[in-house]
Amino acid sequence: MTGSSDRHPLFIPLVLVGGLIFGFGLGYSHMARPEVVLNFLQFEDFGLLFVMFGGAAVTGVVFFVMPHVLDRAPLTGDRFERRLKSFDRNVLVGGAVFGVGWGLSGICPGAAYASLGIGNVTILWALAGMFLGAYLQGWWRSRAADSVDPAPTGAD
Amino acid sequence: MVADPVPLQLAAELFPNGISRYAIGGLFVGLGAAVIYVGTGISAGASTFLESTLSYVSGQSRFQQYVASRDWRIVFTLGIILGAAVYAVVYQGGAWTTDVSWWRLLLGGVFVGIGTRVGKGCTSGHGVCGVGSASKTSIAGVLAFLLVAILTAQIVAALGVTP
Repeated sequence: MTGSSDRHPLFIPLVLVGGLIFGFGLGYSHMARPEVVLNFLQFEDFGLLFVMFGGAAVTGVVFFVMPHVLDRAPLTGDRFERRLKSFDRNVLVGGAVFGVGWGLSGICPGAAYASLGIGNVTILWALAGMFLGAYLQGWWRSRAADSVDPAPTGAD
Repeated sequence: MVADPVPLQLAAELFPNGISRYAIGGLFVGLGAAVIYVGTGISAGASTFLESTLSYVSGQSRFQQYVASRDWRIVFTLGIILGAAVYAVVYQGGAWTTDVSWWRLLLGGVFVGIGTRVGKGCTSGHGVCGVGSASKTSIAGVLAFLLVAILTAQIVAALGVTP
């Protein structure tokens, strides 16, 4: 689907440009500053609502319009489908665990990368924590999956 | 024309820094995700980068499903860092660093790292792309992490932890 073999030469440059705009927005909105997120969560400044819902408003229009404009995405040939994630208990459990971390630190993944871009080297603590947390859940879930299915697909 | 002072005062209390920086920033965040979607059909989130990058160094079966997307996810993340750096150079006038304690960042990061992967998304994947596609799963995820984050931040503040 997005493998590198048959990929359009503009695929990677476009992803870079998209990331640039995305990161500029996180910097401009001040969401890359943990203090601003914590002020929002403590009801001292509700402006952050405009970041998430402003972003969702733009994607909402584009996600709705594109399937009516084009059959397939020009750089991948993929259909403009809604790739919806299935709902299960993990969404709520994981969301709650994420919420504890977000409320404690004021940092989420995208904003943490952007924070590095605005010169906040202290954020490396949060990035280290995120990789550690993602590794811990991957290790634990790999073990659970491998014990159910004794033939692992990945190279170990 | 005289403006009604009550809504103005309310706006000053709820939005002490105004709303333009937040609204304009949010529009750019959405535009960045939209550019990638228009070209590729991918609705990109920021947190899968954690697992996909771990696939370079770990053979755990959980990470191998992201091998196909790990290179462009690194490019996306580098773009985010560079885009924020452009903001810093043009508007911020130099580097800015947080005063939040290192242990809060580290411990919070661990919870975020576990939670976002178990919960299938983060503030950009669920909050911007998922809500934008009216996904009920994402709306439930956003409500879950928003409510728990508010509760956590209030408790941490009540305990007198600053900054």
